[in-house]
Amino acid sequence: MSRFLPSPILSLTLLLIWLLLNQSIAPAHILFGSVLALVVPLYTAPLQPVHSGIRKPLVLFRLLSWSLVEIIRSCVNVSRIILFQRQQINSQFIRVPLDLRNPAGLAVLSCLINSTPGTVWVEIIPETHELSLHVFDLHDAAWWVATIKQRYEQPLLDIFEAEAK
Amino acid sequence: MIVVLEYSLYFAQCCMLIAMLLCTLRLMRGPTAQDRVLALDTLWMVVMLFTLLLGISFANLVYFELAMLIALTGFVSTIALAKFLMRGEIIE
Amino acid sequence: MMQLPESLPLWLGIPVVLLLLTGSIITLIGALGLYRLPNFYQRIHGPAITITFGAGCFLIASMLYFTGLEQRPVVHELLITAFVLLTAPVSAMLIMRAAVYRDLRNERKGKELSENLHDNMHQ
Repeated sequence: MSRFLPSPILSLTLLLIWLLLNQSIAPAHILFGSVLALVVPLYTAPLQPVHSGIRKPLVLFRLLSWSLVEIIRSCVNVSRIILFQRQQINSQFIRVPLDLRNPAGLAVLSCLINSTPGTVWVEIIPETHELSLHVFDLHDAAWWVATIKQRYEQPLLDIFEAEAK
Repeated sequence: MIVVLEYSLYFAQCCMLIAMLLCTLRLMRGPTAQDRVLALDTLWMVVMLFTLLLGISFANLVYFELAMLIALTGFVSTIALAKFLMRGEIIE
Repeated sequence: MMQLPESLPLWLGIPVVLLLLTGSIITLIGALGLYRLPNFYQRIHGPAITITFGAGCFLIASMLYFTGLEQRPVVHELLITAFVLLTAPVSAMLIMRAAVYRDLRNERKGKELSENLHDNMHQ
């Protein structure tokens, strides 16, 4: 972007956070929040190596709402298992080969996977670029791989790496 | 309605207390160090929710700031402890 | 004791009560999972439901309640929501990685130790 406004979304978020913290939209708060929103991105710009624009907001919105539904669904599943399952729970590490390379995309993916109860991201194995994942109650590893690739990775590829294809 | 709200607040506070108790038991018993860190992380979270509950029951917005501070401190301490588990075995 | 208002409209009271009950039960189940499950890698999934669903229920309940009470939109709980949603995955991932790392290291150390013992016995 321009020289004085390196990342408009960050500035807007900062202003919003400032107003929320003070719980008012008085002119003084808006003024000071705008000063913060202008100055802080300028000073933190050297720290931020990843510049990635969001290309398809609609796809991002659909991904987020779908994962919200998924979070609630797997919450119910996990609590049912904790309460009622007496026999052995089949917890496993699985590996998912990833095509996504964009750091911002990977960060979003890890946040979504970790927010969903029942799956925890372990790490990306550097040699093969595979994602190692721990699943709480594993029935079918192939289903998990397919779900993650279709439901999470494909929208993120569309959002963050659209022009690479 | 107020009576129902009052009793549900009492119920929620009891649930929070039992949850804190379970976290503390896991914190004391936890066979490995990572169990204890996980229990501590959960304890911070439950305490944060308990503060929100107190805010609702005393109808006071100040508790929000307290909850915010607890969430911040809990995150920082968990990160520090997890980093310590990963790198800093002092005696090795 | 509690300082509750004299009256609360029904359209506000019912969702607040329902959200409070759901959130507290979910939180309790999460802590129970932390306590009851047999090993660490399963235990880490217990608190996840507390953090996402329980915290979400409580924050929405608090937002609704104060909006009704103060007669103005009180939405600053969104800050905590955003903060928790951004930080909880990070801490879960760090604890998980630390656990995996430590287990691998212990395994290696145990193997070396048993090899040493084996060598010593045969000398």
